[in-house]
Amino acid sequence: MNYIGEHLLPGQLGHFFIVLAFVSSLVATFAFSKAANSVDPADEKRWKRLARISFGIDFLSVFFVFGTLYYIISAHYFEYFYAWNHSNRSLDTSYLLSCIWEGQEGSFLLWTMWHGVIGMLIMARGSKWEAPVMAVISFAQICLATMIIGLYFGDVFIGSNPFLLVREKFADAPVFARPDYLSLAQMQDGQGLNQLLQNYWMVIHPPILFLGFASTIVPFAFAIAGLWKKDFGGWTRQALPWSLFSAGILGLGIMMGAAWAYESLTFGGYWAWDPVENASLVPWLVLVAGIHTQLIFNATGHSLRATYVFFILGFSLVLYSTFLTRSGVLGDSSVHAFTDLGMNTQLLIFMLIFVLPAFALYASRFKFIPHIKKEEETSSREFWMFIGALVLFLSAAVITWQTSFNPIYNKITGQSTAAPEDVEFSFNKIQVFVAIVIALLTAVTQYLKYKKSTKEQWIKKILVPTVITAAITVTFFVVSGLEYDKKGPGFQAAIYLAFFASVYAVVANAAYIWAGLQGKLKAAGASIAHVGFGLSLVGILISASNRKVLSHNTTGINLKFDERSKEKPLENLTLIKGLATDMGAYWATYQNSDSTSKSGTISYYRVDMMKKDSSESFTLYPNLIRNTKGQEGFSNNPDSRHYWNRDIFSYITYADNMDNREDTTQFVNHSLKVNDTVYYSNGFFILNKVVPNPSNDKYQFSPTDTALMADITVFSKEGTQYAARPVFYVKDNEARYMLDTVFAQNIALGFSRVLENQQIELQVKESSRMVPFISLKVYEFPHINILWIGIILMTVGFGMSVVYRSRQGRLKAINKQKQAA
Amino acid sequence: MKKTHIIILIFIALAIAVLISFMGDLTTYDTVASARQKEGKFVHLIAKLDKSQPVNYDPIKNPNYMQFTAVDTLGHSTLVIYHNAKPTDFEKSERLVLKGSMKDGKFECKEMLMKCPSKYKDDVNANRNNLSAN
Repeated sequence: MNYIGEHLLPGQLGHFFIVLAFVSSLVATFAFSKAANSVDPADEKRWKRLARISFGIDFLSVFFVFGTLYYIISAHYFEYFYAWNHSNRSLDTSYLLSCIWEGQEGSFLLWTMWHGVIGMLIMARGSKWEAPVMAVISFAQICLATMIIGLYFGDVFIGSNPFLLVREKFADAPVFARPDYLSLAQMQDGQGLNQLLQNYWMVIHPPILFLGFASTIVPFAFAIAGLWKKDFGGWTRQALPWSLFSAGILGLGIMMGAAWAYESLTFGGYWAWDPVENASLVPWLVLVAGIHTQLIFNATGHSLRATYVFFILGFSLVLYSTFLTRSGVLGDSSVHAFTDLGMNTQLLIFMLIFVLPAFALYASRFKFIPHIKKEEETSSREFWMFIGALVLFLSAAVITWQTSFNPIYNKITGQSTAAPEDVEFSFNKIQVFVAIVIALLTAVTQYLKYKKSTKEQWIKKILVPTVITAAITVTFFVVSGLEYDKKGPGFQAAIYLAFFASVYAVVANAAYIWAGLQGKLKAAGASIAHVGFGLSLVGILISASNRKVLSHNTTGINLKFDERSKEKPLENLTLIKGLATDMGAYWATYQNSDSTSKSGTISYYRVDMMKKDSSESFTLYPNLIRNTKGQEGFSNNPDSRHYWNRDIFSYITYADNMDNREDTTQFVNHSLKVNDTVYYSNGFFILNKVVPNPSNDKYQFSPTDTALMADITVFSKEGTQYAARPVFYVKDNEARYMLDTVFAQNIALGFSRVLENQQIELQVKESSRMVPFISLKVYEFPHINILWIGIILMTVGFGMSVVYRSRQGRLKAINKQKQAA
Repeated sequence: MKKTHIIILIFIALAIAVLISFMGDLTTYDTVASARQKEGKFVHLIAKLDKSQPVNYDPIKNPNYMQFTAVDTLGHSTLVIYHNAKPTDFEKSERLVLKGSMKDGKFECKEMLMKCPSKYKDDVNANRNNLSAN
């Protein structure tokens, strides 16, 4: 059939380039391997030439594929499944890129593009390591190309092609019987982008994170090259800037994800030990361990074997995390989770094809890897650095175990084990000790010298930072303190110890820039990164321990409804429109709500906050975003008021107009006598009696007034009974009445008139919306900015080290050449 | 024996101790019947909302109290009390993972995960339906 209006050319070109990328990376892998193994320099040159050209073609191909996909999405060619499934017309141009990485194919594409860029840089640099390192990277490019190649062999398929057409995806759908299916309404617009991803962090976080993931292959590839070429220690200096770069970018990418979670998710924080978060943290920990052993080796010749393990493991863990987060094995335990594309086997092969040969090679070469028989001195820097690396590695191992034990164990044994009761605490109680040890080592180790240091000198240098840190800790303890005592005094003490250690890391490393490096800032990258790391820990400890719930339900009167409420954390507070409500130090007033976004999918709720002493007032706009993609309901999007020393963080937990129904219901009049029954949608009510001039807990009329109260019992279908007591009275010669509302049944009753024959007129209104209100959660995160500043400093420190170390490496190479000449 | 080796051994011992204690903290996925047998013990109850029974949530009276009936795949049901706000689209959920424990015949829920039709995993199928709807 000839379909009308399809644009098939971009898709065909795009797929052609995927195939080209696959073939060229295949050729590049083969040619680089040949070049790496050749003995004859002329031979090597020929192979290398072919390899470089092939890799160049691969590089251009993957960029072309990416560009084509972007073009299809931005031109709104909804005949393509990717555009149809991940974008729509109303999307802001700035979020079009996010559409690409909403799907798995797009994120694989991002990954392979970064490999391309990294490969080009390594080739530009050119060295004797180029061929074996590039052979490994090219091999990874083959694997990644298969992820998006989309080849079908009967029922078995390899990869998922991002250029699939909708009619190919849903071949059996009846609409495709028509040649003009594109003119149908459901093909005129796409499904849109998941609302949670329509956030500026989601434009930049994935590329940075994937650059981090992609760059972990470089230290891995160097390690493999070292084993392959049996030049075991020759690569470590050249690889150092790369491993520093990788750790810096991966760390930044992870924390950008944390910032996104903090700003647009509602688990009330930036870190939840979610499997997806852990999966990216673990490679980072191992990579950082590897950098430290690499430095030890460069300076002393120790720890080369450990360096191999850490770098091989770093990349392996990236592959493992890819498998874990994309295969759907995590099931219920994660909030993230990609769509399961049914590529589990392929993902498993992708992981094993690297991990098994790499460790086999390592095992077979293990005894040739040089190591120093003599042990490190206890007073040496390398000894304590190695201990630190070991602790980081164990921390990574424990996190991996805790994250992946349940899904894997259940899969194998068919058991039904589940996460611990308090998941976050099960991580925190272990990692707080890791933080203590690592932060202490970070503080003191720089002051030790490689090989051997004298005790007196070390003590002399470390004394001042130690005293300053002790002073800061004591001051902090007195002025503010850490209030987290939920888990007992033992854990609180551990937090304090961690606080001391983290401050120590900050102070000692800042001081080291002057004491150890004489203020040479160029060489201070490591110190600055350590200061940033310490600050991040300080920020985490304060903001997490001293997080306060401001929206405690303090009204008290409501609690009778639920006897056991007192022992539960009552973190939601209901604000009735226009009514100032007591919220700790503030009066909170819900003013109004309106939709301001272009497509009307976002409803903003204006909440005015005023300090009780009127010293300050501000407005929060927490909002609800209507879900797209055929999903029902809303996602709640927090809003924060930022101060230099704290954030007031709020989000909506319930809003009465979530269904966006207009309240058009009218009152219905009933005439009834005592003991008459009236039915409403969820039950009935009976007029028990009419009480003249009632004086009770609700009304205080005196015998001289003219007032009548209808005593009504409402019986709901569920068997619950409610009392309703609307009143009719005369005041200033005017008949008036007061409604009584049974909120639980959403009915309002009014005693509007006295009729003849002892009848009264009762007005009844049923509505799901009696009073506009919202339920809100408000937290205070103190000193969260310390965390963000720490992360920025750490990234800057890594960057400075990359520059410094690669310059150092180049100078060394030049000196060597001079000596040779 | 080198001191590095001793330290490594100590660390490994610590790691094993930590992992064993982690195993002790693990809980289980349960049905209503098996959760009843473990009254007071923290479990993950897999069930769905019994839509024939009312969902009681009145945020004006108390935004931190919600009560509903959950029924599991075997047809057993229990009253659930949840001390938090009602999640959006709770009534439309297809599956619930309720974390908490049985207490006096009622399930005290501390935290719940909802699986809605067409959330995450199933969105392709939902989209297929969108396509066929005209």
